[in-house]
Amino acid sequence: MTQAHSAVKSILYLNGVTKTFDGFKAINNLCLDIRPGELRAIIGPNGAGKTTMMDIITGKTKPDVGEVVFRDSIDLTQHDEADIANLGIGRKFQKPTVIESLSVWENLELALAGKRNVFQTLFFRLTQAQAHRVDEILALIGLPARRDDLARNLSHGQKQWLEIGMLIIQAPQLLLVDEPAAGMTDYETMETAKLLKNISKDHSVVVVEHDMEFIRALDSRVTVLHEGSVLAEGRLDVVQKDQRVIDVYLGR
Amino acid sequence: MRDTSVLQRLLLQDKPGKILLGCLCGLVVLVPIFNLLVPADSFFHVPTYVVTLLGKYLCFAILALALDLIWGYCGILSLGQGAFFALGGYAMGMYLMRQIGDRGVYGNANLPDFMVFLNWQELPWYWTGFDHFGFAVLMAVLVPGVLAFVFGWLAFRSRVTGVYLSIITQALTYALMLAFFRNDMGFGGNNGLTDFKEILGCDLQSSTTRVVLFVVTVITLALSYFLCKYITISKLGRVLVSIRDAESRTRFMGYRVEHYKLLVFVISAVLAGIAGALYVPQIGIINPSEFNPLNSIEIVIWVAIGGRGTLYGAVLGALLVNYGKTYFTGGIFAEFWLFILGALFIVTTIYLPRGVVGVADNWLALRRQKRLLLAAAPVEQV
Ligand SMILES: Nc1ncnc2c1ncn2[C@@H]1O[C@H](COP(=O)(O)OP(=O)(O)OP(=O)(O)O)[C@@H](O)[C@H]1O
Ligand SMILES: [Mg+2]
Repeated sequence: MTQAHSAVKSILYLNGVTKTFDGFKAINNLCLDIRPGELRAIIGPNGAGKTTMMDIITGKTKPDVGEVVFRDSIDLTQHDEADIANLGIGRKFQKPTVIESLSVWENLELALAGKRNVFQTLFFRLTQAQAHRVDEILALIGLPARRDDLARNLSHGQKQWLEIGMLIIQAPQLLLVDEPAAGMTDYETMETAKLLKNISKDHSVVVVEHDMEFIRALDSRVTVLHEGSVLAEGRLDVVQKDQRVIDVYLGR
Repeated sequence: MRDTSVLQRLLLQDKPGKILLGCLCGLVVLVPIFNLLVPADSFFHVPTYVVTLLGKYLCFAILALALDLIWGYCGILSLGQGAFFALGGYAMGMYLMRQIGDRGVYGNANLPDFMVFLNWQELPWYWTGFDHFGFAVLMAVLVPGVLAFVFGWLAFRSRVTGVYLSIITQALTYALMLAFFRNDMGFGGNNGLTDFKEILGCDLQSSTTRVVLFVVTVITLALSYFLCKYITISKLGRVLVSIRDAESRTRFMGYRVEHYKLLVFVISAVLAGIAGALYVPQIGIINPSEFNPLNSIEIVIWVAIGGRGTLYGAVLGALLVNYGKTYFTGGIFAEFWLFILGALFIVTTIYLPRGVVGVADNWLALRRQKRLLLAAAPVEQV
C-alpha cells in the first residue's frame, strides 16, 4: 500500500480485530473507520468490549489478529503506549485518573505537548506561550479557581474535566474518551457534551458513553458494540429503532 | 543567570533545606574546632570517636536520601540499596588495602595479606588500578551505577513493579552477599577488607584525617541533597510523582516510564556507592555483611520513620534511628533493638504515614491556626 499524497483518508481504521481473554472473545472481528475531524459516539452494554477496544488502540493490549491503523499508514500494533501517545492519540480513562498529589496546574503542565525525553524534562523551562496555554485550558475546563489545589481535592466531575483538559493540552489528533460523564450531575453532563462538541471542531474524537441524553447532545454518528463486534451504526434515532439493538438492551 | 535562578529556587523556597544546610555548615565549622583546637581535657572537646560516629550517621543520611529519591518520589521500593553502598565501600576498601603496601602481617608489598594466606601468587586482574585513589573513586561510582543500569534496564523494561521489584532487589543483594563471602572471589571472603593504614598518604588513625573525612562527608551530603532537590523540583520530579501515583496514565501522556525510572535508579545507586566509599575509611572495615538484606530493609525504615518523599525527612530519619541504635545497642536494651526498630516501623506506617516530618508539619499547622484564631478574636479575650 503506497502512502497517498493527498490528505489522510481515515484517522483510525480497525479491521478484523480479535482479542481473546482465556478463551473469551472480548473483541470479535471488530471493524471501525473514523474519518479525520469526525466525532463518533460508541455505545453498548456492559462488557461489550468498549474499553478493551481503547486498550488495543492505545497499545495497552495487543490484539490476537487484525489491523489497527492510524492515519492510513501507521500500524499501531507495532508501538507501545508512550509511542502511540506521541504519535497523537490521547486517552481519557473510564475511571478518572489524574495525578492526585500534583496541583491542577501541574497536572496540565505535565500533559502539555512537548518533548518527553528524560534530560529535556530535567532541564525544562516553561515558556511564556506555554504558561499561557495552560491558563487557557484551565479556563476552558472551568477550573481557574482551583489552579493551585491538589488534584486529589477535586470533586469527581472536576477530575473528569481536568483529565479532559490534560487530553486537549497534549494536542493529540485523535481523542479517545471513555465514559466522560460517569458520575456527573445532569448539568455537568450537558456541559461536558458541549465541551466535547467544541473540541471536535479541530480534533477527531471517539466517545464511549452509556448516558443516552449525553449521546443525543453530541448529535453524532453512533456505533453500537455488542459482544466485541459492531451491531449497528448510524444516527442515534435510526439506531434506536433497530430491532437487534433494542433486543440487546432490553434482553438484559 | 539561569544558574542563579536555579540556586534561588533551590534555596529560597525550601525552608527545611535551609535549616539542613545551616546545620551542616555549623557541623563543618564547629566539629573541627572542638575536636582539633579545644584541648582534650576540656569539657568542650569533641573526641575523635564521636567525629567518626557522626560521619557514619551522615553517610547513612546520604544513603537514605538516595532511597527517598526513588521510593518517596517514584514509588520504586528498592530493598537492595545496601548492595550499591557496599560495592562503593569495597571499591574504596580495595584502594585502602593497596595503600597498606608491605606493612601487612606477611610484609608482602605486592599482595594483600589475605591473598598471601590463600597462597595466591599474583594480584587478580580486577585489582589493577586500585593503587590509584582516583581510579577507586571512579569505580565506587561506576560499579554501582553500571550494575543499577543493567539491573534496572532489565527490570523496568519488563515492567516489574511493586512487590516483585522489591523481591528481586532483595535477591540481588543476597546473591552479592553470598558471592562476596567466597574466598576465591578475591575480596577477602568472610573477613572482608580491613587493617587499613593510610588514605592519600595520611594516617587513618589521626584526628586530622578523621576530621577531613568528616568534612568531606558533610559536603557530600549537602551536594547530594541539592542534587536530589533539583531533580524533584524540576519537571522531571513531577513526572516521577506522576509515575508513583498513576504509572499507566503517565505512559498514555507519552512519557517513557522505564527511562525515568532507570535514570533515578542509577542516580540513587551512585549516591549509595559514594556513601559507601566515604563510610569505609571512617569505619575501617568492609565485609560481606554489608550486603545483608536486613541492612537494605533498615534503610527503608529510616526513610519511613523520617518521612518519605520529603528528602530532609530521610536525612532526619537516618540520623534519629541510627542515634537510637547507638544508644540502645550500648545499653541493656541491646538485645531488643531489632524489636524496637520493628515496632517503630509498624507504628509509623500505621499511625504516622508521613513520618516524624509529618507530625512536625501537623503540629506547626495547628499552632499557626491557633495563633490566627487568637489574633482574630482579641476582644473576646478577657
Ligand atoms: N485483562 C483482562 N483479562 C480478562 N478479561 C478481560 C480483561 N479486560 C477485559 N476483560 C473482559 O472483556 C470484556 C469486555 O470488557 P470491557 O471492559 O472492554 O467492557 P466495556 O464495554 O468497557 O464495559 P463497561 O461498559 O462496563 O465499561 C469483559 O467481559 C471483561 O471482563
Ligand atoms: Mg469500559
